[in-house]
Amino acid sequence: MANLMTGAEIIFKVLEDQGVKHIFGYPGGAVLPIYDELKNHKKIKHILVRHEQGAGHAAEGYARSSGKPGVMLVTSGPGATNAVTALTDAYMDSIPLVCISGQVPTHLIGTDAFQECDTTGITRPCTKHNWLVKDIKKLSLILHKAFEVATTGRPGPVLIDIPKDIQFQKGKYLKPKELKNNNIKTNISFNSQDEDINKAIELIKKSNRPIFYTGGGVINSGPKATQLLRKLISLTGFPITSTLQGLGAYPGNDLQFLGMLGMHGTYEANNAMHDCDLMINVGARFDDRITGKIDEFSPKSKKIHIDIDPSSINKTVKVDLALVGDVKFVLEHLILVLEKKYPNFENSNKQKISAWWSQIEKWRKKNSLGFKNSKQVIKPQFAVQRLYELTKAQDTFITTEVGQHQMWAAQHYKFDKPNRWMTSGGLGTMGYGLPAAIGVQVANPEKLVIDIAGEASVLMTMQEMSTAIQYKLPIKIFILNNEYMGMVRQWQELLHEKNYSESYTAALPDFVKLAEAYGCVGIRANNPDELDEKIVQMLSINKPVIFDCVVDKTENCYPMILSGKPHNQMVLGKQDEDDEISEDGKVLV
Amino acid sequence: MIKSAYSFATNKEKIENHIIVVWVDNETGVLARVVGLFSGRGYNIDSLAVAMVDKKKNVSRITITTSGTPQVLQQIKLQLGKLVPVHKVADFSRNKKTLIREMVLLKIVSSKNQLNKAKKLCDKYKCILLDKTEKYFVLEVSALEKEIDILIKKLQPLGLVSVSRTGVVAMTKGEEIFKQT
Repeated sequence: MANLMTGAEIIFKVLEDQGVKHIFGYPGGAVLPIYDELKNHKKIKHILVRHEQGAGHAAEGYARSSGKPGVMLVTSGPGATNAVTALTDAYMDSIPLVCISGQVPTHLIGTDAFQECDTTGITRPCTKHNWLVKDIKKLSLILHKAFEVATTGRPGPVLIDIPKDIQFQKGKYLKPKELKNNNIKTNISFNSQDEDINKAIELIKKSNRPIFYTGGGVINSGPKATQLLRKLISLTGFPITSTLQGLGAYPGNDLQFLGMLGMHGTYEANNAMHDCDLMINVGARFDDRITGKIDEFSPKSKKIHIDIDPSSINKTVKVDLALVGDVKFVLEHLILVLEKKYPNFENSNKQKISAWWSQIEKWRKKNSLGFKNSKQVIKPQFAVQRLYELTKAQDTFITTEVGQHQMWAAQHYKFDKPNRWMTSGGLGTMGYGLPAAIGVQVANPEKLVIDIAGEASVLMTMQEMSTAIQYKLPIKIFILNNEYMGMVRQWQELLHEKNYSESYTAALPDFVKLAEAYGCVGIRANNPDELDEKIVQMLSINKPVIFDCVVDKTENCYPMILSGKPHNQMVLGKQDEDDEISEDGKVLV
Repeated sequence: MIKSAYSFATNKEKIENHIIVVWVDNETGVLARVVGLFSGRGYNIDSLAVAMVDKKKNVSRITITTSGTPQVLQQIKLQLGKLVPVHKVADFSRNKKTLIREMVLLKIVSSKNQLNKAKKLCDKYKCILLDKTEKYFVLEVSALEKEIDILIKKLQPLGLVSVSRTGVVAMTKGEEIFKQT
C-alpha cells in the first residue's frame, strides 16, 4: 500500500485540509511525535503558550473573533487536565474548539503510567464529543469528524485523545470526501416550517408590546445572521435587547437598542422584558443571569424561541412557539413572510406600538447606567467610557476577565459589529481575557485588541504575557485595579453584612514593573485628569501593554437585579440598595 | 429569606415515570455518556438495561426507566438526542400500547414446605424452576417491575436469599416499530 503516513503526519494533513492556520499548544512526552512533525508544515503556525488553560482560551478567542474553529494541542495527564477549564468554558458558551491531546501508548493505558489520566473520561461532560483513537486506520476519519462536530449545529469543543504509539504508527489518510457520514449530528437546517413561521408573523402583527431578546446564537450563526437581524429589527420597528454574549449583533448606539438585559442589564431592557406581550428570543437560552426569578419572568408575554439546539427549548422557560433551526435561516424566512404578508409593516404598525415606545422612553430616562463621577478618583465606569471614546474610531476587539469590570465593559463599551466582544459568560472563568486576547490578536494581526481586566482575574493567567511578547502580539491589558475581587466584594457588601472574607488582595504586584519584567510596557493612571492622556499613550505603543488603571475601590456595579427578584424590581444604585435591605415597600417597581 | 447569587427552587410539577429507549452505536464509553448525562444533570435512573441488538449495524439498545417532571423528561430526551453515538430516542409511555417486562432470578433457601409456598407464589407469573435441591430453588420470573417488587416482598419471609433483576425492557405493540420523528 502506497502513501502510508504516520499518525503525526495524518494529524497535520487533516489540519491542513481543514484550513487550520494556527494551533495553540504546549509540548510534552506524549505529543512529541506531533511536535517533531511540526517543522514539516510551514503553513501551520504553532503558538507556544505558558499553560494549557491559556492555549484553550487563546483558541476560544481565535474562534470567536474569526468564526473559525480554534485548535489546541496538549500533552497527556496534566496537559489535558489543565485544558479542562477552557473546554468547559467553550462548552458553556458554544465555541468551536478542537483539542488534540496526547495519551500514553496504548499498551500502557490503564496501568497508571507516567502522565496518564483518563482524558476522555474527564472531558466527557465538558465536550460535545470526544474520542480515544486506538486504531491508526480510524485516525483521519475521527479527526475530520471532530471538526464537523465542533462546528456544526450548536458549536462546541471536542477532544481527540491520541496515544503516542498511534502517532508513530503508519496508516492510510482518508480525505473528507471519502468519509462516510457516520451518524454526525449535522447542522439542523431549517426546513421552512411555514405554519410556524406564519404563526410567528401573526404574533408579531398582533403584539402591542413586543421585544426582541437576542443572544450569542446570532453571532454563532455568522455575519449573515447579524445582517438579517438588523433588517428584521428595522422592518418591525421593535425594541431589541441583547444578552452578554449577543453584544455586537446589533449596534450598541442605535435607538432601538435598549442595552443589555439581565442581572446587570439596563432598567429599560429589564422592564421591557417584564412587561412585554411578545418576546422573540433569537439565539439566547434563558440563562439564570437573564431570567432572574423564573416564576415571575415576563409573566404577560407570548414567547417565541429561535434556537438551533432543540434541548434549549422549554429547558427553563416554557415558550409558546419554538422555531428550531439556524438563526440565519429562520430570520430569512421570517423576513420573507413578513415582507410578503405585511409590506410596509413598520409604518403601518408604528401607531400600534407607540404607547409601548413611550413607556420604554420613560424607563430610559432613569439613565440606569449613570454613576456619580469623581474628580479625585477614577470611577471604573468612567475608565471604560473613556476607553470606548478613544478607541471607537478603530475596529477594536475587546476581551474581558470575569467580574465587575466585565459588567462595566458590557454596559459602557458600545459594540456595533459582531465577533468584537469575547467574554466568558456561561462558565464565568476568571483569567479568560488575557489568553483570549492573544488568540484574537493572532486571528486579527493588525487590529486593536484590548483585554478589559480586573487585577484579580488577570493574575490567574498573567504568565501568558510571555506568549504575547514572544509572538509580538501587541495586546493591551487594561486593568481596572480596585485591589478587590470586586464582584465578590459587592455580593459580600450586599448579602453578607459587609464581611469581606478573603476578597481583598494584599501584596498585589506592581503591574508597571511586572510589565517591564515581561519585556513589555507598563502604564499607570492614578487620577481622572491623566486618564485620557495615558490611554492615548497606550494606544500609540505597538507592543503589549499592561495598563494599571487605579480605580475607586468600593464602587459597585449597578443596576442590579438581586437574587430571587423579577425583572421589574431592579436596584438602581446605592440609595435603592439601602432601601432594599431595610424595607420591601421601597423597592423600585 | 436567605440571600444568594442564585434564585431559589420554586413550584414543583408532578413527577411522572417514563421508559426511555435509546439506540446507540455500540462503542467504548457510550454507556458512560448516557449515564453521565443523567448524573451530571441530576436526572434519575430507576432501572437500566442494555445489550447489543444488531451486530451488523453495531447498535445497542438501552432501556432506562426514569422519573421527573414533564419538563425534565422532555429535556432528558432532547439531551440524549444530542449525543453523537445516539441514533434515536423513544419515550414509551406506560399504557396498553407498550409491553413492559423485567426478568428476575430468585434464590430461595428454606424448608420443603416453604419452598413449595414460594413456588406457588411465583407460579402466578409462569415461573421457571431453573435449579433445585431439597433445600433450595432458583426461580426465573418475568413480569412487570411492580409485580416483581410485590413478589420479592412476599418471598422474603419464605427464605429468599438472593435476587438478580435485569432491569425493565419494553417494546411497542403492533406491527410498527418506533421511528424517530
